[in-house]
Amino acid sequence: MSYTGDAMTRKLVTFKINGSSYETAVREYDVLLDVVRENLNLTGTKRGCDFGTCGCCTVLVDGRARLSCLTLALECVGKEITTIEGLKTDVLHPLQQTFADAGGSQCGFCTQGFIMTAKAFLDEHANPSREEIEEAISGNMCRCTGYIKIVDAIEMAANDKRNGC
Amino acid sequence: MKPAPFDYHAPTTLAEALALLDEYGFDAKLLAGGQSLVPTMNFRLALPEILIDINHIADLAFVRNEDDGLHIGALTRHAELERSELVAEKAPLLAEAMPNVAHSQIRNRGTIGGSLAHADPAAELPAIMIALEARFRIQSQSDDRWIAASDFFVDLFTTELEAEEILTEIVIPPLPARTGCAFLELARRHGDFALVGAATRVTLDNLGACSEARIVLLSVGNTSVRAVLAEQSLQGKALTGQNIRDAALIASDQDIEPPADMHATEKYRRQLTKVLAERTLTKALERATSAP
Repeated sequence: MSYTGDAMTRKLVTFKINGSSYETAVREYDVLLDVVRENLNLTGTKRGCDFGTCGCCTVLVDGRARLSCLTLALECVGKEITTIEGLKTDVLHPLQQTFADAGGSQCGFCTQGFIMTAKAFLDEHANPSREEIEEAISGNMCRCTGYIKIVDAIEMAANDKRNGC
Repeated sequence: MKPAPFDYHAPTTLAEALALLDEYGFDAKLLAGGQSLVPTMNFRLALPEILIDINHIADLAFVRNEDDGLHIGALTRHAELERSELVAEKAPLLAEAMPNVAHSQIRNRGTIGGSLAHADPAAELPAIMIALEARFRIQSQSDDRWIAASDFFVDLFTTELEAEEILTEIVIPPLPARTGCAFLELARRHGDFALVGAATRVTLDNLGACSEARIVLLSVGNTSVRAVLAEQSLQGKALTGQNIRDAALIASDQDIEPPADMHATEKYRRQLTKVLAERTLTKALERATSAP
């Protein structure tokens, strides 16, 4: 696969996002964040720092948390991408619910990044300690500094999951 | 911001990638995990004309044990090393350091080869590789050579790699008998770059004295720095608390010229070096004593 870097030309490719296929035109220098927000209008994913420091743009690629600002869109062709919009079914995802219940969201800009990071983490860790949760979300920043309630929310979701709620 | 336009190539074999590098040389950049390259492209600090995405070369991602040591493919993700039982068994120092290598999202994508070739003096993996006496395989279209980790890192973000070469494989030799290792670092936020870190390895002789010590420090110079005078001071000696404290003081006072920046003063980095050298030596000794 080779593409020339003419800024005016776009390539038509297909992405698998939230269980659906989307055909869209991308430039080779578009990062996944650009495609998700600008091409597909899935604006739940936020652009924070563009530098891999804040975690606001976290999405899942093949089930693992990834920074969409540091991922070229063309790298993701053929992979399963999940954004925050893909978590909700007819009810809120358990993590969305516990973030609301615990007050784990203030201005809300960082919230989806925390939820996507926490989802990937809880999928692999059924019974995490608070310390493990804190370590797992170390790549996400909350500038309202509401970390305690964010950890509370993730802990609640882990407990609910274990108790089969 | 957005990266500047570039030509994009995604070879599926090493031979294709080497041919592209041979053709484009300095105009090309290799994209492995991209967790250091893409941020610099986003801010247009890096403006490669050609991007060679090596993520489709499946042969470059592996972890396997052989007689001469643990072989790791350069494209192996940090997250795989972190989860690998083979790494935990054969290279416990590497396993101990992995959770400190950036954050989970970055470990899911970043690669060992990318981190080593990037040669950030604040990164953990270069120091770990020097402490473990790893060897790197470097390939180009016309050459296939091995280089010791201690010879690979030249200066700030600078290695022995030529423009047409790719780091393809890392070999970590088995630890000698009666050897223990330890890694510690201090960062403002878990997973951020360390203010100072220490990767230490101690081998004891039959009588329990130190036959070899390696202390490799990160974030105190333009590359990972071996505390050579401190290492020598321990040679042949019993690793008493006093001898360890003396060596830690030599490391912090004589072996390094740490930079001062907005994150830490020179004096603070020396203080941290002393503390981390002492703690890692003590831990490595404890592990060497109980090692086979």
